[in-house]
Amino acid sequence: MSAYAVTWLAVLAASAACFAIKLAGHLVPAHWLTDPRVARIASLVTVSLLAALVGVQTVTSGPHLVLDARIPALAVAAVALVLRAPFIVVVLAAAVTAALIRSLGG
Amino acid sequence: MAGPRDPHVDSAVKQALSVSIATGLYGISFGALATVAGLDLAQTAALSLLLFSGGSQFAFIGVVGSGGSPVAAVTTAALLGVRNGLYGVQVAPLISTSWLLRPLAAQLTIDESTAVATAHREPAAVRAGFWWTGIGVFVLWNLFTMVGALVGNALGDPRRYGLDAAAAAAFLALVWPRLAGRLAQVVAGAAVLVALALTPFTPPGVPVLAAAGVAVLIGTAVPGASTAPATPTAPSDAT
Repeated sequence: MSAYAVTWLAVLAASAACFAIKLAGHLVPAHWLTDPRVARIASLVTVSLLAALVGVQTVTSGPHLVLDARIPALAVAAVALVLRAPFIVVVLAAAVTAALIRSLGG
Repeated sequence: MAGPRDPHVDSAVKQALSVSIATGLYGISFGALATVAGLDLAQTAALSLLLFSGGSQFAFIGVVGSGGSPVAAVTTAALLGVRNGLYGVQVAPLISTSWLLRPLAAQLTIDESTAVATAHREPAAVRAGFWWTGIGVFVLWNLFTMVGALVGNALGDPRRYGLDAAAAAAFLALVWPRLAGRLAQVVAGAAVLVALALTPFTPPGVPVLAAAGVAVLIGTAVPGASTAPATPTAPSDAT
């Protein structure tokens, strides 16, 4: 199978899995999930995956740890979040910061 | 829906529209980053239409873009989608929709629709908040995904425009509203450390999945109930 077809397969599988999870939530009786630990662990799994993705996207390049313009860019994004900027502004601020630093040879 | 001038419904609809616009615009960054990660226009559109959950979508392209296996990409996206299942358990009795509409309601069950729906008490306002937000975000998210994908295709080298940093910022913005509690902060810190420590030694995609294991370990081991439920904290959460 070509890499392109494999990517399509992954897109469809991820979509099917996520829809099945959503639908299951609407179909199971509510009392099945009254254990507060289930909700807590699910919430922490979300936090851990997103935080890990922040780390990996900021300081890795392939198998290497790399410190580059992405770090100041992420700091600017954090400041924007503290200032309650809309998401699109946060993302743009980070992109512009990294682009500027690189254009200056950083 | 209730009568034409129910103030609770009015306020729910207003909130739904502002959340839809804010979230929809975020779709631009998803579309651009998806094409940068190597997906074509149709694949990018399919993710927003069929998967329709921002966190899972960004995670999927993040893993694919960093060379992770398709299995790792699907698993990460599905794990991030688990919270939508818990939202469904919460909102299903509140919106009490017919069996026919249930698949549609399920597809629209995301951070934003759940947050706006559960922010209201009046049953009519809860239903209006859920449907207006769900449909509003769906339409605008898909529209702006396409805009972003076209922009991303036109840009060329992603590093020159800082799009790699934009991806990191997107994940930071997604996790930010969830870092209110001390336990969440500890888990986030541990997750970053584990992921980075594993990066030189494991295939791409594995470090992020291993971080989920950290959450399960800490969540199981730490007693007490002082953490927030799975409900999104603010209606401005990303998808």
